[in-house]
Amino acid sequence: MTTATEHRSATTLLRFATAGSVDDGKSTLVGRLLYDSKSILSDQLDAVRRASMGDAPDLALLTDGLRAEREQGITIDVAYRYFATTRRRFILADTPGHVQYTRNMVTGASTADLALVLVDARNGVVEQTRRHAAVAALLRVPHVTLAVNKMDLVGYKEQVFAAIAEEFTAYAGELGVPEITTIPISALAGDNVVEPSPHMNWYGGPTILEHLEAVSADEDLGAAPARLPVQYVIRHEGVRRYAGRIAAGILRVGEQVTVLPSGHTTTIAAIDALGQDVPAARAPQSVALRLADELDVSRGDLIAPTSRLPHLTQDITATVCHLHERPLTPGSRVLIKHTTRTVKAIVKDIPYAIDPGRGGGPVRAPGALHVNDLGTVVLRSAQPLPLDPYAASRHTGSFLLIAPDDGATLTACTTTEGTEP
Amino acid sequence: MTTTLPVPVAALTHLDVLESEAVHIFREVAGEFEKPVILFSGGKDSIVMLRLALKAFAPAPVPFTLLHVDTGHNFPEVIAYRDRIVAAHGLRLHVASVQDYIDSGKLRERPDGTRNPLQTLPLTEKIASEKFDAVFGGGRRDEEKARAKERVFSLRDEFSQWDPRRQRPELWQLYNGRHAPGEHVRVFPLSNWTELDVWQYIAREHIPLPQIYFAHQRPVFKRSGMWLTAGDWGGPKDDETVEMRQVRYRTVGDMSCTGAVDSTATTLDAVIAEIAASRLTERGATRADDKLSEAAMEDRKREGYF
Repeated sequence: MTTATEHRSATTLLRFATAGSVDDGKSTLVGRLLYDSKSILSDQLDAVRRASMGDAPDLALLTDGLRAEREQGITIDVAYRYFATTRRRFILADTPGHVQYTRNMVTGASTADLALVLVDARNGVVEQTRRHAAVAALLRVPHVTLAVNKMDLVGYKEQVFAAIAEEFTAYAGELGVPEITTIPISALAGDNVVEPSPHMNWYGGPTILEHLEAVSADEDLGAAPARLPVQYVIRHEGVRRYAGRIAAGILRVGEQVTVLPSGHTTTIAAIDALGQDVPAARAPQSVALRLADELDVSRGDLIAPTSRLPHLTQDITATVCHLHERPLTPGSRVLIKHTTRTVKAIVKDIPYAIDPGRGGGPVRAPGALHVNDLGTVVLRSAQPLPLDPYAASRHTGSFLLIAPDDGATLTACTTTEGTEP
Repeated sequence: MTTTLPVPVAALTHLDVLESEAVHIFREVAGEFEKPVILFSGGKDSIVMLRLALKAFAPAPVPFTLLHVDTGHNFPEVIAYRDRIVAAHGLRLHVASVQDYIDSGKLRERPDGTRNPLQTLPLTEKIASEKFDAVFGGGRRDEEKARAKERVFSLRDEFSQWDPRRQRPELWQLYNGRHAPGEHVRVFPLSNWTELDVWQYIAREHIPLPQIYFAHQRPVFKRSGMWLTAGDWGGPKDDETVEMRQVRYRTVGDMSCTGAVDSTATTLDAVIAEIAASRLTERGATRADDKLSEAAMEDRKREGYF
């Protein structure tokens, strides 16, 4: 029996993040996307109409949820929005454009399958655009889409769009962004957001929404070597099950696995996928494993196929975005939170900062990383960590630096080194 | 290494992904905190939370207790459901009672009769006295624009206050639960779920619900554009008339500010079809207290509301 319920739930989920400079029209685009896809309900629209100054509803008001944001007319923090079409469910991380909130774009982009970067067609690629491209490249967001907005204000001219698209594609391509799509739009007029524009017949590509519906939502997590960070040990009637969310790859019953950092080897006896005994499970499923041998395994350990183990190391080089007002300096004592393990570490060196404003070139020995700075950090950890290169695994190749005193989240880190499995 | 073993790769629907993410959050809290508690009202979101917690630790029992902030104006059907569920799973339920606070003079009834804002004090005092260090809430970001700004792990100070401008960045699947003694963390496993996701999950998992979620005949009266249930809590007033209508509830909460909607949906499929077609949000349709001001939810959350 196939009910309407099952039909609607058999959809995929796309997570995407928006980024754009102030006044590029990002809030208007998000509002337009929600409005034209009929995801704004009438009571929300009524509230916006009441708060709008002019006759037409100010769609930007839909997205600024905090008192301080409405007071200042800017987006301060990431807001998450949810909408759906018949083809797909969307989680939109709506991130602020101001330079001082770059860390919030990093927050939104860390889980995104796609980054939607906005530019104003009149201004073209500016420093913030390069910064957004650098963040998307740093976090290896699988798809990057450039929306060239306000095409109505440049007479819908193809040459204007083509020049911006070419400059951005060249810049982002150099940074290593794998897939770049460029779309000319007017968020205010609704051109190429949901409906194709009647004003740009020279453009044959998809609208923003068509593109969001069509891109592959699933990073190829199945192809990477399997990784299961142990979150919690479930003990019941003398049986130990190792619970966790598969961070990458596929685990199979009967497979030989090694527990890190101890190095003990055994085989997978059973996989429980939330109540179902399965022969195999893949990222990002939450599972509980039973192992063939009685081993000492606890939270913070990593289970991986013996044939494809990550490199264990205490010397770590990472590309980072510093998130906290307190600067990060060489000699700082920090905590590293990597998967389910937290260990002490010391900042040995900060060899480079990256300055996207000057085309992404490195600044040598900056002395400190300040809030929103991108850079490279060398760390020494108190215990060896099983690190994958971020390029191979977003979850086992990333970690946070945390302040030991007050627990503040300081720095987002992606590993640039590590032994290829 | 390639193999041809059948792997449920394509079978992961958006509900599977949301479920896996929520279970991961429950397990993180179990691994990192000393004394977590799940806010449980008997409403659909907390029912889904409990189901996810049961799955996360099966076959072992859920390693958390439950906490209900009882306004004293709850629907009797929901309280009965709550007690059945707690007993069925052998769980321990803490109750923080708004009525006790009013009776002892620590809280005063508001002129408008709504008790929702009065929940904050009993909640925060219970958290402090029991020394709960992680408090699971069923809040969803799709509910309201202040909630859209909420982290999955939300640090609260010793007064349970939320400061939206000083939230920790939250990246990847890495949740930072570090806190000083006296502080605690609010945890929202359903952050990324929508109302429709919750209903679809309830249908998929065949989870029983209190009957007031389905269309039934009920004596109601109209106040501020909403159908409220008549009762001892303070309605109807002299100028309000009671009538029998076929209604159901989209949310359950305090009777004084939770409205029913006209509905013919008596089955899960009908409820899902009705929500998918509705032009009103869940809170817009049924919650009076959110209409008090543009920032009602933000203000209550700052004070310690969940």
